[in-house]
Amino acid sequence: MPSVKVTIDGTQIEADSKRTIIEAAREHGIKIPHFCWHPKLSVSGNCRMCLVEIEKMPKLAIACSTQVAEGMVVHTKNDRVVHARNAVMEFFLINHPLDCPICDEAGECKLQDYTYKYSTGYSRFDEDKVHKPKRIQIGPHVMFDAERCILCSRCIRFCDEIAGVHQLQFIQRGDHTELTTFPGEKLDNPYSMNVVDICPVGALTNADFRFKARVWEMSFTDTICQGCARGCNIEVGVRNNEILRLTPRRNDDVNSSWMCDHGRLDTFKFVNAENRIKAPMIRKDGVLVEVGWDEAIARVASELKSFKKSEIAALGSPFATNEDNYVFQRFAKEVLGTKNIDFARHSHEGDEDAILIRADKSPNSTGAAEVGVVPGDNGMSFNAIIEGIREGKIKALYALEDDLAALPGVAEALSKLEFFVVHAANDSATLRYADIVFAAATYAEKNGTMVNFEQRVQRVRPAVTTLELDRAMDGFEMSRWDKFASHNDKWGKGPRRDARSSWKIVASIAALMGTKFKYNTADEVFNEIAQRVESFRGLSYLKVGTKGTPLKAKTAASVHA
Amino acid sequence: MSLEKSTIIRKKDLSLLERLYIPEIVKGMTLTIRQMFTPTFTTQYPEERFQPPASFRGRPVLVEEHGVERCVACGLCSRVCPALAIEVQAGETELGKERYPEKFEINMIRCIFCGFCEEVCPEEAIIMSQEYELAFTNPQDALFGKDKLLVPIEKVQTRLDFLRSNR
Repeated sequence: MPSVKVTIDGTQIEADSKRTIIEAAREHGIKIPHFCWHPKLSVSGNCRMCLVEIEKMPKLAIACSTQVAEGMVVHTKNDRVVHARNAVMEFFLINHPLDCPICDEAGECKLQDYTYKYSTGYSRFDEDKVHKPKRIQIGPHVMFDAERCILCSRCIRFCDEIAGVHQLQFIQRGDHTELTTFPGEKLDNPYSMNVVDICPVGALTNADFRFKARVWEMSFTDTICQGCARGCNIEVGVRNNEILRLTPRRNDDVNSSWMCDHGRLDTFKFVNAENRIKAPMIRKDGVLVEVGWDEAIARVASELKSFKKSEIAALGSPFATNEDNYVFQRFAKEVLGTKNIDFARHSHEGDEDAILIRADKSPNSTGAAEVGVVPGDNGMSFNAIIEGIREGKIKALYALEDDLAALPGVAEALSKLEFFVVHAANDSATLRYADIVFAAATYAEKNGTMVNFEQRVQRVRPAVTTLELDRAMDGFEMSRWDKFASHNDKWGKGPRRDARSSWKIVASIAALMGTKFKYNTADEVFNEIAQRVESFRGLSYLKVGTKGTPLKAKTAASVHA
Repeated sequence: MSLEKSTIIRKKDLSLLERLYIPEIVKGMTLTIRQMFTPTFTTQYPEERFQPPASFRGRPVLVEEHGVERCVACGLCSRVCPALAIEVQAGETELGKERYPEKFEINMIRCIFCGFCEEVCPEEAIIMSQEYELAFTNPQDALFGKDKLLVPIEKVQTRLDFLRSNR
């Protein structure tokens, strides 16, 4: 690609000639303020915030639509530019209602930030502001406030270009211009809530998160979405040890800058839910009774010994991490000695699209198979295990967190089991058949890794503390409240549940049955996976990083071995 | 260091009059008796109560206007509070202000009466009152919710006037 030399603010940079000034500057760490420009959307050039001076050009030009050229000299901070920027900001603030105190965007608002950075700090406008409709439910998950809108058209372009549905448009003219949906339509595409993230002001806000918390009260943890096999990179917003919202995190190899509404809304509420399993439970006289960890672990260890190896089956989980599944398959193969090990698939054929949503609704089915949750030689697969239970060949089943009873025909088979151990985070139909239930930590309460459908290993990080993890000691992200709340403040803490990572529970049962797994932390488990599983060879949590890394391809792995 | 080794400094330059002792007693008694006839500043507290000036920073209260709190639960007081005494949970209301505090709690054990919350409030909704009688026998009693914090605007008008005049 032909590259050109451009001087921006006295620094000479080399940029691809196809780049615009704003892109070239951004690649070299020079920030040019902008509202309507977005790296993933087409150029609109309507906000005029990115005006810069280009030598030998009579007027200021917008950096977002001017391509770089050889020998171009650009100024982004000189008096002429600053003066123009002040004027642009003044125009924006003429009709903006300044209701920051009630606006959910406050704290992460581009207009607010730029007002502090680039405006003069006062308004010369004495007349009445133009009033427009407020508090409109523009779609099932999005609230719209027309007064706050600065008409950047990012949301319109998002719907047109990324979501592929033409749902939004401007009507009226001049300062009466207003965003609206087409008559009779709602902003209801499966990616509608991304407009909330790209809206530079609080015009489009998250209806689910509405007034739940101010952004500065939360801590944000980098992790991945559990909604499907895509594994979109996300940030988890937590306050008082409770997840309040999920937002997408940019990763061009996985999800660009987006995530779907299903992932954003339906994959965190179970962590806060009332029906969380609060302690291990044992079935006594037909009822599940809460007991201590030691009692439940000892009971499982002694009961499992009373079955023949061929009578036991083990089901890993595509919802559990690689670490959980790896330790579990070692336990099944080495301690229980069974070859009947597999996991349930959750593929909803047809429920997928060409953007992000995958038919496989579990986040780690690739990883579960990769670390060894697959039937051994002549071992039974998932369907054979269920059939075996029906026929009475399998008498005992140990399953990681997965709602098996929800799968067609499985519930009836589960009722035939003599002994059924299950790990679960929430109450579900499966628990009706369980003899022993372990309270499992959710994805938001443990360290681990998952592998998406494209063979990419990505980190899951804890955002919510349980009794086994401490926010300060275990290196969680901390909000100001987390840092300064003391032991006698009832706020700033929230409930801490007595749940453990599945691999820890399995390891303690193995210890009682005579095999010691020597892991203290999830990364020690991962290091062992990296040593023993070919496709993970050489990886560590450090190498996986915040954005993940691809697994070694099967062919390359065999060469490596 | 032992007691024997420490040196004791004694004032030796007392004058004859001072050494006589009696005149000094008389001097002291004169002062005492004179004080008995000067006006007193003591307030007989439980019976008599101090009325603070408008500039006084007593316990923070929420202003109630037309039957509802002015507060829109923006959370700035909570953010600015150096002692982290304030907890706000916003909720949605049908009123024009859209947002109201579902829960507003000040931990009066933590509060240091700095008045930052009053200063930062964009709605003049939280202000420092003239109430200073705050004693608790139980830490739970020190958590003031909306029931204790809401005060009708008439009762705090002097403070509001003071704030206006000193802006």
